[in-house]
Amino acid sequence: MAAPDDLRKMSTQIFTEENSYSLAHQELQEEPGRVASWVKRLRDEAFESFAHSGFPTTEQEEWKYTNVVQIAKAKFEPFIKSDADEGITQKQIAPFIYEEANSSRLVFINGIFNERLSSLESLPGETVAVDLARALTESEQAEIVREYLARSADVDGNPFTALNTAFLSGGAFLFFPAGVVVENPIHLLFISSAENSRFASFPRVLIVAGRGSSATVIESYASLKQGEYFTDAVVEVVIEDDARIEHYKVQNESEKAFHVARTIAELGRNSSYNSTVITLGARLSRHDISVNFNHEGAECWVDGLYIVEDGQHTDTHSVIDHKLPHCTSRQLYKGILNGKSRAVFNGKVFVRQGAQGTDAMQTNRNLMLSNDARVDTKPQLEIFADDVKCAHGATVGQLEEEELFYLVSRGLHTELARNLLTYGFAEEVVEKIKIDSIKAQLDEAVLNRLHARLEAQ
Amino acid sequence: MLEIRDLHASIEGKEILKGISLSINKGEVHAIMGPNGSGKSTLAKVLAGHPQYVVTKGEVLYEGRNLLEMPPDERAREGIFLAFQYPVEVPGVSNSQFLRLAYNEKQKHLNEEELDPLEFKDLLKERARIVEMDESFMNRSVNEGFSGGEKKRNEILQMAVLEPKLAVLDETDSGLDIDALRIVAGGVNKLRTPENAIVLVTHYQRLLNYIVPDYVHVLAGGRIVREGGKELALELEEKGYDWIKNMGTERSGAVKEKSFMEELQEL
Repeated sequence: MAAPDDLRKMSTQIFTEENSYSLAHQELQEEPGRVASWVKRLRDEAFESFAHSGFPTTEQEEWKYTNVVQIAKAKFEPFIKSDADEGITQKQIAPFIYEEANSSRLVFINGIFNERLSSLESLPGETVAVDLARALTESEQAEIVREYLARSADVDGNPFTALNTAFLSGGAFLFFPAGVVVENPIHLLFISSAENSRFASFPRVLIVAGRGSSATVIESYASLKQGEYFTDAVVEVVIEDDARIEHYKVQNESEKAFHVARTIAELGRNSSYNSTVITLGARLSRHDISVNFNHEGAECWVDGLYIVEDGQHTDTHSVIDHKLPHCTSRQLYKGILNGKSRAVFNGKVFVRQGAQGTDAMQTNRNLMLSNDARVDTKPQLEIFADDVKCAHGATVGQLEEEELFYLVSRGLHTELARNLLTYGFAEEVVEKIKIDSIKAQLDEAVLNRLHARLEAQ
Repeated sequence: MLEIRDLHASIEGKEILKGISLSINKGEVHAIMGPNGSGKSTLAKVLAGHPQYVVTKGEVLYEGRNLLEMPPDERAREGIFLAFQYPVEVPGVSNSQFLRLAYNEKQKHLNEEELDPLEFKDLLKERARIVEMDESFMNRSVNEGFSGGEKKRNEILQMAVLEPKLAVLDETDSGLDIDALRIVAGGVNKLRTPENAIVLVTHYQRLLNYIVPDYVHVLAGGRIVREGGKELALELEEKGYDWIKNMGTERSGAVKEKSFMEELQEL
């Protein structure tokens, strides 16, 4: 138990940090420009909420296994320079580009849109893919933005969403009008340039898919340097009736970075949402993903693959909420843990009263490559309807001895056999990815990591 | 090629093999028969180097080298192949990917040329014909969702790709219908050369109608209780295993071995 003196010191410390966020928040609010008053109000209310709650602690059920005290202590400096170009070249970002989205790409440096590095030629004319900061000021889009932004990402009880909203500015606004089919995937590339500076960036994404539209969005996070920085992202996805969104998130932050993100999808009638979340980077990462079935007949796939090495911690909290009848959800999260790493999976599936004909399946599987790794997995199913088909399960295991012997008995060296089986474990998620260059990146990431392990031993 | 001398092996502290001696030369086909629990599969697994089995006594020489000192992957690269009784499913690893890795590991070991995916595809196509396997199997995960017969054919395909010097086929005939048995046996016969040796571990004589052995060894209670030519298999088929069931426990190894020699001379 902490002595009263220590407690006082702790609260003072937190106050100071919030104060540093407070200064930056003020600075942003006072920035000259045409930011609408409702935006300023949103930011203010959000900051108030954050100032009131502070960062979450492990006392809170939702944060029981993930301690963010290091984020609180690290004194990150909010990156709010809207004109900062940072002089980054196309060549520097080349490794993070997906060929399929070569001319449908929005690039953000430390959370701020960079027009020079972006390229949007291949998008159909009706499609809106713009810097959110601009959409907040220009009237033709501001209306749609105002209607949907911050509608599902509630700030109360979500300190990181509150902090993100308090710094609402940079990010992407994607709008697919009714019936529009976008062939090329749209890539939102968030790059950190932090090396010695400790930036906090607050990417915000709003995706609105109009009735019957269809698009693929890749949201990826990468770093130019192995810096210590903090990304606090919020992504809201609104999918109207009969629309389809395929959403890939590839989190490959620096090994010293902190990444906290929230994704919320609101599904219309007969709509479909297909999400794949790949977690490779960051020292500490936390992703909250929610899918809300607000109308009948919709479906979602919520897949994930996390691969963590020594010293990494990753936490996924998901909520799939079957509020109405005849919706289908499929969730498969797989994890590979090496060294002294840790993973948390908490998946809730709610089937509300009257949500008959719900078909829900949730699986979390973990492969432990080391005895020092730890997984806390908790799939939860809460059903308040009777005519439903639901299943869930979680496993934590090691490589199968018999599989290993089988491969070795064909002449494969033990390490190669282990790597091949690990690769095979990931394949169930990887094979579903429809974008070849993400697949290739992942193949390389898996094999390289395994290779590194091979050399380390 | 292979010389087994007084081999004792156990699993989880329980002794299964209680003194096996066997000599196999290149160009020969040996059948190892016996009732369930006699130790046939254990012998096969010990030869392949399964980590769960512990050799407690005896020695095995393979081409003059101490086989028991070699790790299982090296045994494979040196030309020993075990066709599994229950082939393992390996999700997420494609058949062709796996076979190419195994093939190249062997080639590397022998200082021979490794093949890239395209070159290997041609080789695989050609070898797949030996077991009449459709190309669609090559892109599927190893054994995943294969029927019992397809798994066994896949084992022989692996054998066809790796071209072992000594192939041990553990109950490869079990669970096969007559057509599949004919294909599998036909495949093995095509792979038979004067330079390699094949050991057929089987419960039934049926397989031996298709792959005719030079020698038959009958196991019971972890010992070889009878040895002979291919006629012995027919005799077993006729009389059933009850005939030899108690031999393993009744006779001591030394006496038994002597009587084999006598019997062999008689034959």
